[in-house]
Amino acid sequence: MKKRRNLKETLSPYLYLAPFLIGVIVFTLYPMINVFIMSFKENYKYLTGAFSGFGLDNYTTVLSDPYFQQAIINTFKYVLTVIPISTCLAIVLATLLNQNIKFKALLQTAYFLPMVTSVTAVGLAWKFMFNYNSGLINFFLNLFGFESINWLQSAGNNFLALVIYGIWSLLPFTIILLLSGLQNIDPLYNTAARIDGASPLRIFFKITIPLLAPTIFLVLIVNTISAFKVFNELFPLFNGPGVAYNLFTVVYYIYYQFRGLTPPKYGYAAAAAMILFVIIFCFTMLQLWLQKRASREG
Amino acid sequence: MKSKFSRTGIYLFLFMGAALMVLPFYWMISGAFKTSAEITQFPPVWLPAGFNLDNFKFALETAPFATYFINSVIVTICCIVCCGFTTILAAFAFSRLQFPGRDLLFSLLLALMMIPFEMLIITNYRTIVAWDIHDTIIALIIPFTSSIFYTYILRNFFASIPDSLYQAARIDGCSNWKYLWKIMVPMAKPSLVTITLLNAIACWNSFLWPMLATNSPAVRTLPFGLYAFVTEGGAKTERMMAAAAIVVIPMILLFLFARKYIVNGVARGGLKG
Repeated sequence: MKKRRNLKETLSPYLYLAPFLIGVIVFTLYPMINVFIMSFKENYKYLTGAFSGFGLDNYTTVLSDPYFQQAIINTFKYVLTVIPISTCLAIVLATLLNQNIKFKALLQTAYFLPMVTSVTAVGLAWKFMFNYNSGLINFFLNLFGFESINWLQSAGNNFLALVIYGIWSLLPFTIILLLSGLQNIDPLYNTAARIDGASPLRIFFKITIPLLAPTIFLVLIVNTISAFKVFNELFPLFNGPGVAYNLFTVVYYIYYQFRGLTPPKYGYAAAAAMILFVIIFCFTMLQLWLQKRASREG
Repeated sequence: MKSKFSRTGIYLFLFMGAALMVLPFYWMISGAFKTSAEITQFPPVWLPAGFNLDNFKFALETAPFATYFINSVIVTICCIVCCGFTTILAAFAFSRLQFPGRDLLFSLLLALMMIPFEMLIITNYRTIVAWDIHDTIIALIIPFTSSIFYTYILRNFFASIPDSLYQAARIDGCSNWKYLWKIMVPMAKPSLVTITLLNAIACWNSFLWPMLATNSPAVRTLPFGLYAFVTEGGAKTERMMAAAAIVVIPMILLFLFARKYIVNGVARGGLKG
């Protein structure tokens, strides 16, 4: 009797874990290993599973593919424009929202709303606003005396449209994280500085920003990781990678290799996925390192 | 005097920003009520002349949006229930039960958390094809029955509940199972609500996976159904806006009712979707 109870006790943790672990193994761990191996299989045929050997063939092909190079450049360009602008805007907005102001709930609702809504659905609203002939954005441009811009159908401008939409959709999440960072700052610092006669602007640059720095770094990295995966936005705005196929991103490239081509190029998709993983891995390591350093200092 | 002036400036700035944030929603929903003459007008019409429901009617008649809607509800509910169940059990095991290699396993799982879902789609797509569940509702649920991220959040909450409570309950002869469901779960209600809401939002809005995993209209969920409506139907803008509003309005309502939980969850998790 006692022995059976012991057996039950030893087994029970694994029974609790089983449903969760099965899901993780089948849909995260196995695909990860599989993609890794697949990326080294040369001349891999999906239907038969045949391949000629292991090597770096897929990587060299992908890296020399103009579409992939374009995808890497676009993704980096996207990250380097969207992240700095949205972070700066969010710092200012979060600081103001953190003041003792009226209508706080109303304002927060407005600023956070885009976070919960479908990229596809809201993307269509943006497409409508970007419309060349009857769009709201060109209406405002004309109002201030500027020429209408062909936002969506011109290869020179569609990247800018993607960036504007990207900034708008990234703001809520960024503001929320920064607000919670601001709320962790001891108000005593502020009070002390005000008693000493420091101007609000001086307080902002000399006290708020340095104390908020760990949160800002965290936000920068989390947002960079998510911006590297830009993909969904391309569908509602451009029905794909833009006119003239000029808006390839890394994730779109992966999708295109195994879904847009017949027969699908699994090897290339896997190699591109591994490259994406390495980029994200580096940023995650940087994030962990910064967090560790911040917690040691804090 | 000066401070009053800058205060007005702050309000002006904040309200203008807020207006820009909600403008796309206003433009979508007002566009959904416009006639095709109103929608192409330039300068644009700010307020449609009447509550014209034709666009909604058209969207519901030409594309099976009612089916998409029901599918979305089914998928979202199944995902949050299944994922919630596996998450609760795993978080309990990682926070209360003793077994060899527990902490090592947990750190390995945390390392897996940084793998982007986008790189797993290649193999996951082949898995559901191999299992012959491609183009079924099940294919939209099964890959999302476990989440390392939510397990991590819940485990941290469970770990913050004093161990002495557990020891006392065990001495009183309370089984693990009973302790988990009668004591831990009710105590963790705020965390569970947050996890469930974040998960529901992610499920409802998910686009990439449904686009890969489904083909036929009968199993589509809303975001991909909406996209198909746009590309297949050559839809007019005002109809597109009506269809988009159908997708967006449930989440807006959810957000209005549960803003605190959602915002706290996002702030605490520091991770997106």
